[in-house]
Amino acid sequence: MAALGGPLCTLRALLRELRHAGGRSYRDSPAYRHVLAAFRAHRVTSEKLCRAQQELHFQAVTYLCLLRSVREHEALHREYHGRGERSPQEVAGLVGFRLPQQPGGKG
Amino acid sequence: LWWAHSPPARLPRPPPAAAGSCPVGPCGRRAYAPPAERKRFYQNVSISQGEGGFEINLDHRKLKTPQAKLFTVPSEALAIAVATEWDSQKDTIKFYTMHLTTLCNTALDNPTQRNKTQLIRAAVKFLETDTVCYRVEEPPALAELQKNEWDPVVAWAEERYNVTIGSSTSILGPNIPASTKETFVSHLASYNMWALQGIEFVITQLKSLILSMSLIDRHITVEKAVLLSRLEEEYQIRRWGNVEWAHDYDLCELRARTAAGTLFVHLCSESSTVKHKLLQD
Repeated sequence: MAALGGPLCTLRALLRELRHAGGRSYRDSPAYRHVLAAFRAHRVTSEKLCRAQQELHFQAVTYLCLLRSVREHEALHREYHGRGERSPQEVAGLVGFRLPQQPGGKG
Repeated sequence: LWWAHSPPARLPRPPPAAAGSCPVGPCGRRAYAPPAERKRFYQNVSISQGEGGFEINLDHRKLKTPQAKLFTVPSEALAIAVATEWDSQKDTIKFYTMHLTTLCNTALDNPTQRNKTQLIRAAVKFLETDTVCYRVEEPPALAELQKNEWDPVVAWAEERYNVTIGSSTSILGPNIPASTKETFVSHLASYNMWALQGIEFVITQLKSLILSMSLIDRHITVEKAVLLSRLEEEYQIRRWGNVEWAHDYDLCELRARTAAGTLFVHLCSESSTVKHKLLQD
């Protein structure tokens, strides 16, 4: 079984990610409620090594990784790859030229 | 392109480039500009249970796959996760961030039209070119790193599945015995079609059957699996430096896809029951 850290830590981080992903009413979103309900349901168990608990925790860690990396990937895309192509005016401006203005359009 | 009402509207396509000269097309848009992104056209995302499973509703319209089938998933948790993906789109819909939706669409539509046997065969074929079995001889630091990081995973797989895999430094790769392949084929046959799509996806992302199986068997985390898959890149980054717009970008994308694939497999192949034990005085 993978070394996962504490479930409480995972739960807090997961809820934080859901808050970033959601809008205003993130607390009423089905994901938020489902995560809380799932963690509560699997909290109490009389077994020392509960397989279902660990499976759920692994799923939570995986989902946390998904949300976090999607957010970071989008941020990187926005910063480095989201600008698109330069317009002809901007390209001309790079070397200090200006495009000619023709009153009747080109040609 | 996924929207729920019919007939589906088309995204404005860039005009075809004029023969050679001027890049500005008839409507004044640049010919090489990417198509405008679809704006978010719905306010609320919710889930409902239908006959075949759980469905996603965007406002009051039901979500459909690219081949116009009704979007139905077998697991409620998966439906919630897909709904969260749609809900987290802000002004425009960025399909490249919606990995779980993409996986569900692939499972529902099966665009490559492969059956279970073909999927399993494609997955096991990766074993012959598995990343963790291909070792370098130099630089010695990298060879050492590969030995320390990859040997435990290979040993785990050999023990867990009772097979022989080994590793190799030759260009032909390791010699995988037929019994090993058969073991994996019969193991993968125990998963359903949806889970198999997910497994094949994870294998294609990580370029390794062994890492994918250790991830699906919960032996390692997604971050660790991605690290092991990119071991040589991490080594070179540590040596020569990190380039954020390339390395981190690829890392985040790989992590997102692998995490989505793993979660997809687990959600498609689980069944959970809650047993309440009575407290005894």
